[in-house]
Amino acid sequence: MEPVLEVVDLKKWFPGVKANDGVNLTVHAGEVHAILGENGAGKSTLMKVIYGLLEPTSGEIRLFGQPVHFRSPRDAILAGIGMVHQHFMLIPALTVAENVVLGDEPGGVRFDRREAVRRVRELSERYGLAIDPNAKVGDLTVGLQQRVEILKAFYRKARVLILDEPTALLTPQETRELFNIIRALKAEGVPVLFISHKLDEVLEISDRVTVMRAGKTVETLETKGATPQMLANLMVGREVVLRVEKPPMEAGPPVLEVRNLRVRSADRHERVKGVTLTVRRGEILGIAGIDGNGQFELADAIAGLLRAEAGQIVLDGRDITHLSPAERTQLGIAYVPQDRQLDGLVLSFDLASNIILRDFRRPPFSRRGILNRRAAESYAKRLIEAFDVRPPDFRRKASELSGGNQQKVILAREVSRDPLILLAAQPTRGLDVGAIEGVHRQLVRLRNEGKAVLLISLELDEILSLSDRIAVMHDGEIVGVVDRAEATREQLGLMMTGRRAKEGTA
Amino acid sequence: MKALQSILLPVAASLVAIAIGAILVAALGYNPVSVYGSLISGAFGSLGNLGNTLTASLPLIIIGLGIALSFQSGLFNIGADGQYWIGATAAVWVGYHFTSLPGWLHMLLCLAAGMVAGALWAGVIPGLTKAFVGAHEVITTMMMSYIAILFARYLIEGGPMQEKGYIPQSPLIASNTQFPYFTQGFARSQLSPISMLIAALAVLVAWFLLYKTTLGFSLRSVGLNPRAAKYAGIRVKLYIIIALALSGLFAGLAGAVQMLGVDHQLLDGFSSNYGYTAIVVALLARNNPLAVVISGLFFGALTTGGQNMQIVSNVPASLTNVLTGLIIFFVGCERIIPQVIGWYRRRRSARAQTPAS
Ligand SMILES: Nc1ncnc2c1ncn2[C@@H]1O[C@H](COP(=O)(O)OP(=O)(O)OP(=O)(O)O)[C@@H](O)[C@H]1O
Ligand SMILES: [Mg+2]
Repeated sequence: MEPVLEVVDLKKWFPGVKANDGVNLTVHAGEVHAILGENGAGKSTLMKVIYGLLEPTSGEIRLFGQPVHFRSPRDAILAGIGMVHQHFMLIPALTVAENVVLGDEPGGVRFDRREAVRRVRELSERYGLAIDPNAKVGDLTVGLQQRVEILKAFYRKARVLILDEPTALLTPQETRELFNIIRALKAEGVPVLFISHKLDEVLEISDRVTVMRAGKTVETLETKGATPQMLANLMVGREVVLRVEKPPMEAGPPVLEVRNLRVRSADRHERVKGVTLTVRRGEILGIAGIDGNGQFELADAIAGLLRAEAGQIVLDGRDITHLSPAERTQLGIAYVPQDRQLDGLVLSFDLASNIILRDFRRPPFSRRGILNRRAAESYAKRLIEAFDVRPPDFRRKASELSGGNQQKVILAREVSRDPLILLAAQPTRGLDVGAIEGVHRQLVRLRNEGKAVLLISLELDEILSLSDRIAVMHDGEIVGVVDRAEATREQLGLMMTGRRAKEGTA
Repeated sequence: MKALQSILLPVAASLVAIAIGAILVAALGYNPVSVYGSLISGAFGSLGNLGNTLTASLPLIIIGLGIALSFQSGLFNIGADGQYWIGATAAVWVGYHFTSLPGWLHMLLCLAAGMVAGALWAGVIPGLTKAFVGAHEVITTMMMSYIAILFARYLIEGGPMQEKGYIPQSPLIASNTQFPYFTQGFARSQLSPISMLIAALAVLVAWFLLYKTTLGFSLRSVGLNPRAAKYAGIRVKLYIIIALALSGLFAGLAGAVQMLGVDHQLLDGFSSNYGYTAIVVALLARNNPLAVVISGLFFGALTTGGQNMQIVSNVPASLTNVLTGLIIFFVGCERIIPQVIGWYRRRRSARAQTPAS
């Protein structure tokens, strides 16, 4: 059978970085082909080259046996390649149908809305992508917006579909639905290129897996017969520990006490409705919950980024409810925010500046208002080395790093500030297994040193494997707090939908 | 590589603008070589002309620094013209009062008055409304600019600063506050070594402040990512006000320097447009304080050269406005240039491949 897509010895070099350095890939009709690789291995770069967003330095791409040279995504789309980026490119004010046909509208001079709706409906039935063509995109959930993106690709007659980390922002339920769509596509003979860091997803949905390491494809194997450990080792190039060691520990006195806290989000909705909880020295308190139940607003409020409408926050015996974010930072609150690009980094600053972002007012990074660049650089160098940020160059802009390495920079900065408590919101989102292992190690290390960690994660697995106690949040309230030893997945799942457990110790 | 590009692109944009200007001149029936020749000789042809060019550049450079600073802080201060005139007005007022002070102290006082006036003009209303109710600074600085100019006009047209008589002008500032001119070399121009020194200091201060101080770090963080700035513990609202005030401070300083060094009094006709040209100066310099010097000189040269061009080759001086417009246009769309280069390369490589396949 002739392959649909072939990539032969492809190279894409950026100044100083060989993002792709000898990539070989063959994709057949009707297969789901997963691409695995560490952060910065070059997966997104490869997809961008295939999609015409980047020009290859050398090498060849063949589509149905024909060599192709795309100058822009437009060429790639015309040739039948569809891609859904991690960040969607939709217009919220338009309807689903309008978004799908945008740029290629039916009708002559006048836009034929009825025809557009008809075609979108036809497509959505054919591929099993249930959606209302007349709904406004701005009102849709992330999962449905992604569906619009997929429809957009097929409206333009995609014969290959590229999905770059499509599940990173989805809830487990939405992921299920996406997988059903992918299966339907497969039945239609459309090959899907699928990038994910989640090994279980890759094992579930893909037929074959290609592993990339440092810009090269190291191996392509049948998914049948592969194990998570095997894939992890291939990716990282060494033995990976998928589960971190966590010695039992006696929790100490409370570090952070939150009492009856009420918080409104930036759009003035009340998101935290009277939360009370305690985090103690030497423990990791996990906050489980479905996205949108106020857990991230809670973290923002503790860090001082959102105002407390009512209630009290006490750090190490001191009321910090009305202190500024800077003062709280001084007192020992470290924070890994949920959105690393929006909150955690100044993308156009270099790594050295980003690493001192929270401490630039303090010696040795500045004295009497004058920055000491040399101190920043040597400190940045040390952190970059200790946390294995790649590429190890503090002059590089944060925007030039892969997502996983951006996260490492933030984590390095926060953990190294020697905090009393670390608030970690989704600290491993988008990270590869090796990097996740590293982050988990750091969290556990902090705990073992007697620091407190408040871990907020949408991944129940992460909560279960790290926490000493688990608080479940639903609709702005703590439904219950359970000891890790007594917690079961089923019980937590029920609590996450708002059902109360027997009262725990909060 | 990137650094080189950021220098080459504005230069290329200017060259393209100049080339199109040449075509335009030729189409109007003039000889482009002699027209540009007269422009260049008008700007640099003699020490006197060079002096005039420098004189015209100094306010552009000083205001441009402030605008670059506000742009780097993510704020679009387009009312620098008004801040300039308020600074000028304050400096003149101080300049013809307090005449018993020693000259140097009086000068410093005039400069300080100009800076404070400019800073308050930009910092108080535009700054506070931006920080606390989110009023857009493009609108507020612009409106404050009109108010400043109309207010200054009132002051000398029947207002308290009008000199006795019927001519709308203020009294001259005390003669010992007027900057001395060169007695040799640039003697035929209104260039003063003190103005040059102040401009040079302003450049160094702006550069140092932006890149070497925590204040500059905070301002740039706020400009690039206000959310991350807040997360970093920077008081975003405060720095918005500081950024606008500093920007106005530079414009006010420029006004004061111009009064002490060149005009010596407020005259009717507040239409120098320095405040607007300085926006282009900052844009062309990509908001880099050191590059502001070069782009300021470039626009200063266009102004003085343009006057000479009109005299020598009869081309209307407004052609320099056309040139300015073209430069703005090409700097604005300088992204097009790398794209054109890329397109050309691809075409060549595609052509090289066609015979093979
Ligand atoms: N525009 C760019 N300029 C310079 N270097 C870049 C650029 N884009 C990517 N890189 C570098 O290329 C390498 C590969 O990046 P890429 O985004 O393809 O990684 P990835 O495999 O998608 O990682 P992740 O899993 O973290 O998303 C990284 O080292 C990155 O720093
Ligand atoms: Mg990627």
